[in-house]
Amino acid sequence: MLFAVVSLTILGTSFGLLLGVAARYLKVEGNPLAAEIEQLLPGSQCGQCGFPGCTGAAQALAEGSAPVTLCPPGGRAVVQALAAKLGIEADLSGVEEKGPMIAEVKEEICIGCTRCFKVCPTDAIMGAAQQIHVVFREACTACGKCEAVCPTESIKLQPIPVTLQSWHWHKPLVGESV
Amino acid sequence: MKLFDLRGGVHPEGRKDLSVGRHIRVLPLPEKLFVPLQQHIGAPAVPVVNIGDHVLKGQLIATAQGAVSSSIHAPTSGTIVALGDHVAPHPSGLPVPTITLESDGADKWIATQTVDDPFALTPEDIAARVGAAGIVGLGGATFPAALKLNLSRNSGVLTLIINGGECEPYLTCDDRIMRERAAEIIEGIRLIALAVAAQEVLVGIEDNKPEAIAAMQAAAQGSVVKVVTMPSMYPMGSEKQIIQVLTGKEIPAGGRPADIGVLVHNVATAFAVQQAIRYGRPLLSRIVTVSGGAIKTPCNVETLVGTPVRELIAFADGYAQAATRLVLGGPMMGQEFTDTNVPVVKGTSGVLALTAAEVGQAEASPCIRCATCVRACPVGLLPLEMAAHIRVSDLSGAVDLGLKDCIACGSCSYVCPAHIPLVHYFNYAKGDLAAQERSKLKQEATKKLADARNERMARIERERAEAAAKRKAAKEARERAAKEAAEKAASETV
Amino acid sequence: MNIAHSPHAHAPVSIGKVMATVLLALTPATLFGFWLYGWPAVNLWAVSLIAAIVGEAFVLRLQNRKVRTVIMDGSGILTAWLLALSLPPYAPWWIAVLGSLFAVIIGKQVFGGLGQNVFNPAMAARVMLLISFPLEMTTWVAPAQAPGLLESLRITFLSQPIDGMASASLLGHVKTEFTRGIGLDQALTGYYAPMDMLWGSRAGSLGETAAVLLLIGGLFLIARRIITWHAPFAMLLGVAVPALLFNAIDANHYAGPMVHVLSGGLMLGAFFIITDPVTSPNTALGQFIFGLSCGLLTWIIRTWGGYPEGVAFAVLLMNAVTPIIDQYVKPRIYGRDRKGVALPAKKGT
Repeated sequence: MLFAVVSLTILGTSFGLLLGVAARYLKVEGNPLAAEIEQLLPGSQCGQCGFPGCTGAAQALAEGSAPVTLCPPGGRAVVQALAAKLGIEADLSGVEEKGPMIAEVKEEICIGCTRCFKVCPTDAIMGAAQQIHVVFREACTACGKCEAVCPTESIKLQPIPVTLQSWHWHKPLVGESV
Repeated sequence: MKLFDLRGGVHPEGRKDLSVGRHIRVLPLPEKLFVPLQQHIGAPAVPVVNIGDHVLKGQLIATAQGAVSSSIHAPTSGTIVALGDHVAPHPSGLPVPTITLESDGADKWIATQTVDDPFALTPEDIAARVGAAGIVGLGGATFPAALKLNLSRNSGVLTLIINGGECEPYLTCDDRIMRERAAEIIEGIRLIALAVAAQEVLVGIEDNKPEAIAAMQAAAQGSVVKVVTMPSMYPMGSEKQIIQVLTGKEIPAGGRPADIGVLVHNVATAFAVQQAIRYGRPLLSRIVTVSGGAIKTPCNVETLVGTPVRELIAFADGYAQAATRLVLGGPMMGQEFTDTNVPVVKGTSGVLALTAAEVGQAEASPCIRCATCVRACPVGLLPLEMAAHIRVSDLSGAVDLGLKDCIACGSCSYVCPAHIPLVHYFNYAKGDLAAQERSKLKQEATKKLADARNERMARIERERAEAAAKRKAAKEARERAAKEAAEKAASETV
Repeated sequence: MNIAHSPHAHAPVSIGKVMATVLLALTPATLFGFWLYGWPAVNLWAVSLIAAIVGEAFVLRLQNRKVRTVIMDGSGILTAWLLALSLPPYAPWWIAVLGSLFAVIIGKQVFGGLGQNVFNPAMAARVMLLISFPLEMTTWVAPAQAPGLLESLRITFLSQPIDGMASASLLGHVKTEFTRGIGLDQALTGYYAPMDMLWGSRAGSLGETAAVLLLIGGLFLIARRIITWHAPFAMLLGVAVPALLFNAIDANHYAGPMVHVLSGGLMLGAFFIITDPVTSPNTALGQFIFGLSCGLLTWIIRTWGGYPEGVAFAVLLMNAVTPIIDQYVKPRIYGRDRKGVALPAKKGT
């Protein structure tokens, strides 16, 4: 009995001391997490998350005050990368619904005002004054900034069309009991 | 000859007796042919004809583009009536760019170049002719054949394996072509062997095709070609498995057969090679098995590429009973289609109309971890564990278990007593991972663009500020000078 | 448009068929138990099955799940059947009810239903009963003149004491004799008749005694590819080898392999309990290790443990280790070595 009490007490005290010492000597200066998280974000500073640019969003994520699903242009890949970084489970249900989008110019009503390509954070829109603008699909992050400034509603976010290259099997739908 | 052991595998009911008894017949010329530009692995071919052009049989209508691609030739003589989208033999059901050819009924050949002694050709010449003929792997993989010849010649092939396994149930097209055209096939095999300087040539045929084995053995007499009888088992005809059973070697994970000095071609490909080299005929047609419990007269049909499958079904006297599922290829790895306007392509080995009893579909029930799938997997994976990870969206967990080594043969799904769509899970996961990879690449690219733009904006801002400062300084200097001048003038006037 | 994924053919198998085959394999031993112990055994078996079906239906209803589909898969019935076979034939009805309910509800449904449970439900229930009701669970009867139907109802439902029929199982008898300082040579005299043991004409659980019939059932399952030989063979080996060794060293203290293999629940355990797919490893090697360990533990518990029989405890202990076995024992993947590294590309040889 006495032996058990003494040994447990000694164990408890020594582990406590060890933790205390570790906390002092292995202290991390600052929070490198925010910078690492920012690396994972698209970096287009579009502001759709409600934070001033990707840096603000990264800080909020590091503090845990924002969900990992905050970045609409990032899509599922970013959600998963953030969840893995932060070591949490990501709820992908809300993200998947929207699907990947892309900006598209309706050529009939584009007046060539150049406003959209001035705001595009990835230079994905090409055009000149009085000329119809076009979107480079590979560069568009679907941040939506162009949609907001277009005076004729000519540029709009559209779901990315499925092609033979991008098509893949859906997840099998199985019964409730499986 | 000593055969080596395989792990796993299943023994589905063969059902080959339905179609194997009838001679290969040639399908009557269809009125319209729909020739997709992509019938092979790699980049789609580029059309070299225009609407309204009249073409002859065998004339090049679309040319290979890029490193991995294949040419496409007019299956018959006639007029190009459309260059546009048509329903494709693809599970997505998406339309693909297709050349539509209206037959003129004459079936008139373009001038072809015959070679009297094909064995005098150089290996490079053989590969070039195979490439020009638009030949792809007819076993189903549809990899451009010339490319495989060149890769193998460059890396040195010791063993050439010709795949006559045909382990998929129902399909008998390879069986029939071996019975009826063995001499041509053997000549094609010898040409391939010449093209890659192979030291050993093995033809592997499953023991459920005794007539084909006899015919091939008779034709191979006195040549280097050795016909080997293999046990009937699915997936014996898979490239990895046939190499393993005949040579005991395994392709290293992520590698090619050439890494272990092996090249595998299908028997029908060997026939196409012989036709291309000796007669200069490009690949325009193939043997297609039309079978299934719902088909009235199952048979093998020599069919032009581009023929809508409904013509094949009609040629087999239509349906004997209601078909619950239409399949292109074999039942184990083939794909369902619903629109019978879908054309036969170079890789189409079969058109099956299956009854509900044959499909044996049932609702999935919970996994009881019976590990029947583990015993069936020819690769040594744990399908039940992989599917459990994928079900809860842990795709990386499935990758750790070997998802990328899965050959999608479907053996696990076939034997699962709980009817869990295992291979569907795996193909979903592979597709989703590829999509994630693409979006990651795109994100990296757009991030660079965004950084570049931010930098540029900052620079412009800085330059503007500097210019403004400079202007301001100049203005101030001017003003100061003016002021000083004025003061000076004033003082002088005073 | 909903395109079906390949394969477009399926082996003629289903969970229901698997369960039905196992039940069929159990039938000879069960019928023998009925014949040997008479109507009380039938009562107990029927009560077990009914309790399991009703209990499972009730919890499925609580979970808003499809009652009919799950009951029809036959797994609950199989669990109750196996439990009934492991009970003393004259046990009172509430033992069967309590055991069955524990097996299907606590043992299976609480974990998430079929395929999710960690422990074999029948064995979990048997151990629960053994620990909670040691008297009822160790009151054996010698096979003798079977009681009539009316008397059987009194035995099962009114727990009427059994006059002059109480007996001890072989393993229990040996253990008791040991505590009195009597060696094996004496203890076995008059108790151990190898041919009776083989056919199952002995005191024991309802369906565990007929070694030959259980063996036939097991071989039938192996022939039908429902189970593989690895786990059963390894379990028999795991019991027989140490028994043989220690018997050779000291025959008066350690029973021989035949006594061990033919007594207790070993045959039922080897062919029907440890082959339960849900709670056993996935690979052939894993199943062999699992079976061998079950056998060894059984022998250790029987020989040195406090209980005369150890199959149920051994199975539960090894069930807990199954995930670890599965973690470490995996097949080699084609084109890779055992560690998962791609094989080197090599020409010729």
